[in-house]
Amino acid sequence: MTITRRQLLILLPAAAVAWDYILAGTPEASPNYDMADHWWAMLIDTTKCIGCGSCVRGCQFENKVPDGYYRTWVERYHIADWEMEFPQVDSPNGGKSGFPPAKEAGGKNFFVPKLCNHCADSPCTQVCPVGATFVSPDGVVLVDQKYCLGCRYCVQACPYGCRFINPQTNTANKCTLCYHRITKGLTTACCEVCPTGTRQLANLKDPKDPIHEFLRTHSVQVLKPQMATRSKCFYYGLDGAVR
Amino acid sequence: MKMFKHAGHLFRLAAVFLVGLIAFLTLRTFLVPRSFGRYGHYRADAITEIAALPVNYAGHQVCEGCHGDIQDVKSKGSHQGVACESCHGPLAAHANDPASVTPAKLDTSVLCARCHQENIAKPKSFPQVKAADHSGGAACNTCHQPHTPAMNAGATQ
Repeated sequence: MTITRRQLLILLPAAAVAWDYILAGTPEASPNYDMADHWWAMLIDTTKCIGCGSCVRGCQFENKVPDGYYRTWVERYHIADWEMEFPQVDSPNGGKSGFPPAKEAGGKNFFVPKLCNHCADSPCTQVCPVGATFVSPDGVVLVDQKYCLGCRYCVQACPYGCRFINPQTNTANKCTLCYHRITKGLTTACCEVCPTGTRQLANLKDPKDPIHEFLRTHSVQVLKPQMATRSKCFYYGLDGAVR
Repeated sequence: MKMFKHAGHLFRLAAVFLVGLIAFLTLRTFLVPRSFGRYGHYRADAITEIAALPVNYAGHQVCEGCHGDIQDVKSKGSHQGVACESCHGPLAAHANDPASVTPAKLDTSVLCARCHQENIAKPKSFPQVKAADHSGGAACNTCHQPHTPAMNAGATQ
């Protein structure tokens, strides 16, 4: 079989295009990790939180979060007996260096760790005009740093205040649920360093995950359920005053 | 066929549109990343890029691989649930290259107070002290061994 010059001129570019597709392939997040087997969530037992700020420090170091910005933070609530509806909340430096003694004695006092709730129906991803933020197939809300324009729409849309604009990159930034760790079989940095086991990473698609037993047998709540975000941060022992 | 007398105008216009359409489709092929739309209205490769970020906290399982002796001591005390890097800090660099990266020595008077300094908002069952009154300025590890903090365990590093 002979190939004429005309045929060759048609075949070569076609082969070049095909080869490009072959090289691109399908990238794998991690060799032994299958997104279809995971649906990530977090369990937060507020009755165990001691406000030490280990999670905040751990997150900042692991994810190189700039000073003064927080992907996770700890709030301290003070509720006077007669003012259930008006809790006093403080979070000095995001709780990173612990908490000073309370200003007011008495009442009800407790800590609440906060982070991205990784909502299954997340308001933040719905408003992105360029498709830079999304819920991954394994249930983690992520930001594509190369696509983000820094328009701040998502920062305003998040009902939990979990997003910020990174001043170094001018793009939206938020908790990734330590996606680079959980896809390698590790737990998140905040869960790893939490000394009391307040935070526990959970895979809702794993029937053996202890979260299923916990959710069945405990009164568990999500933040702002009225927003219908299908939040996947489940709080145990959460007081009704928490917003 | 008077009706199609000026049909040439339409054909020329259609040609302009066709050229525009081809230019648009060609540009689009080159400008839209290949992985865009694989899972949804976003670039699927972003997931891979985020998953490839470096790890800084090695995880206690890695620590225990070499420091099994410490793990044995720790598992007997009330700090058994506290991960190594909770106190010792992020040490993936040490785990990857133990010879050249040495973890810093820790100051127990700062470290223990982070968790055990008294605060009204802490759970009542959590052991808390007023650090200044409790030890009179002495370092915590004068009496408590951090890996098994009960008093009768004896105080060492």
